[in-house]
Amino acid sequence: MAFTTTPEVQSGIRLAGLVKTFKSPQGPVQAVRGVDIAIAPGETLALLGPNGAGKSTTIDMLLGLTQPDAGTVSLFGGTPEEAIADGRVGAMLQAGGLLRELSVRELIAMMASLYPRPLDVDEVLDLTGLTGTAQQRTEKLSGGQAQRVRFAVALVSNPDLLVLDEPTVAMDVEGRHAFWATMREFASRGKTIVFATHYLEEADDFADRVVLMARGRIVADGPPTEIKARVGSRTIRATLPHADVQELRVLPGVATAERRGDSVELRCSDSDAAIRALLAREPEASDIEISGAGLEEAFLQLTGDEQADDNPTEVPA
Amino acid sequence: MSAVAYTRFETIRAFRNKRFFLFSLVFPLVLYFVITGPNKGETNLSGTGLSAAEYFMASMASFGTMTAMLGTGARIAGERSVGWNRQLRLSPLSARAYLRAKVVIAYALAGLSLGLLYISGAIMGVRLPAGQWIEMTLLIAVGLIPFAALGVLLGHLLTVETIGPAIGGGTSLLALLSGTWFPIGQTGFLHTVAQGLPSYWLVQANRVALGGHAWGTTGWVVVAAWSVVLIALAARAFQRDTGRA
Repeated sequence: MAFTTTPEVQSGIRLAGLVKTFKSPQGPVQAVRGVDIAIAPGETLALLGPNGAGKSTTIDMLLGLTQPDAGTVSLFGGTPEEAIADGRVGAMLQAGGLLRELSVRELIAMMASLYPRPLDVDEVLDLTGLTGTAQQRTEKLSGGQAQRVRFAVALVSNPDLLVLDEPTVAMDVEGRHAFWATMREFASRGKTIVFATHYLEEADDFADRVVLMARGRIVADGPPTEIKARVGSRTIRATLPHADVQELRVLPGVATAERRGDSVELRCSDSDAAIRALLAREPEASDIEISGAGLEEAFLQLTGDEQADDNPTEVPA
Repeated sequence: MSAVAYTRFETIRAFRNKRFFLFSLVFPLVLYFVITGPNKGETNLSGTGLSAAEYFMASMASFGTMTAMLGTGARIAGERSVGWNRQLRLSPLSARAYLRAKVVIAYALAGLSLGLLYISGAIMGVRLPAGQWIEMTLLIAVGLIPFAALGVLLGHLLTVETIGPAIGGGTSLLALLSGTWFPIGQTGFLHTVAQGLPSYWLVQANRVALGGHAWGTTGWVVVAAWSVVLIALAARAFQRDTGRA
């Protein structure tokens, strides 16, 4: 692959112009329609999007499990197959079971044996909270425990790139916290992490960078704070029983204004300018509250814009 | 990175599988003593020139080893049903090393089944020169090549639910037609059919005890033909199923 890129990008991960269309009885379905992402080593990236956004297909192409119709994938300057053969990739795929007739410890040790630089099996059992269940047979585990084992299998390979497709889906709240704590520890070793999720909170809390996908395309790409800023906005709430919302709407920095009983709510493109103007005009304003938009709001707004897009085909997850 | 450790864990899995124990080890062994016991004095079983102890030693081994080889299919189908084939594909284990491990395990299990029947044969009075023991073992090893391929083929073609009945039914039918339970006459329709089956030649490996060549040209050609065809089909099924060469 003849990329003329900087060494920095070459040593990381690069998805360029990825396109994938699947055949279905209803006609061709464009699952991924032109995805470009360059990921630097050590970065933690969340692929965020609703079901059918093309996250899993993108991940399958990143791992070489699916061949793109167009575009290229480069992992650490080589093909996915080369990176996998070097043992540099660990993955936790969506919806997989566990190999039977082995104990948890045996299964993890078996997978560890396939990699050139595995982590210590006991260390991984400890990290994933599986020490107590190490001797149990894999077929006798609960859903949450099985998910931890799948995570342990991905970790024990000690990969440079860890890919996780919807990793916390079967976990309870407690399991989820423990999972992300482990991931933080792993990320701190300079590993590159790519995870797909439709939990906004996880992307917000954990990722350095969020790539928001909808209908096979990237609709936003940046740090979580920047994505939130993209939609705007902060909101100012204040108790102002007698103010005219029509007049508030034209204040500098204000996008929309609404009345909620005695209080008004201003969505602002520039909250600093707006609050100064508001206080100058309405000095009696009380109970003032300024809050940032949640990623949830950004998510709905950015993916919602795509709903009116050219191709209304439903895309499978 | 070690395919050896992988093979070791796969062997542990095989031993924990009850079906393997029952059909590949226990069943042929019990049947051998049940059939040979009352016929211990029989020195020329149905005109084969072999004693009952000699004949059934190889014929029961053919059933046990055949079942052991096809067990590969059950293991592959089991892996596929939980998506473990995808997980392995993301590991440095190459397709070649993966298939090699599967075949090595199948042969190891078949070897165990064969060894137990040799010991049982010796208990029942089979006495052969060392060269003939070795020749019989080599013939069976070669005769199992088509079954090694068939195991891989079935594993990629069938589901974890259908493969059990397919292997059970298939091996029972093959055994019946190949003279496993009773010798097949040297002429007639059944003999013609039997000669075309790879499993028949596994049973015929017992003819080394008569001295001379046990298989003849027909045997070698039939085993070679089945090997070529089944290896080609298995390779195709593997590639289609995993999307890699």
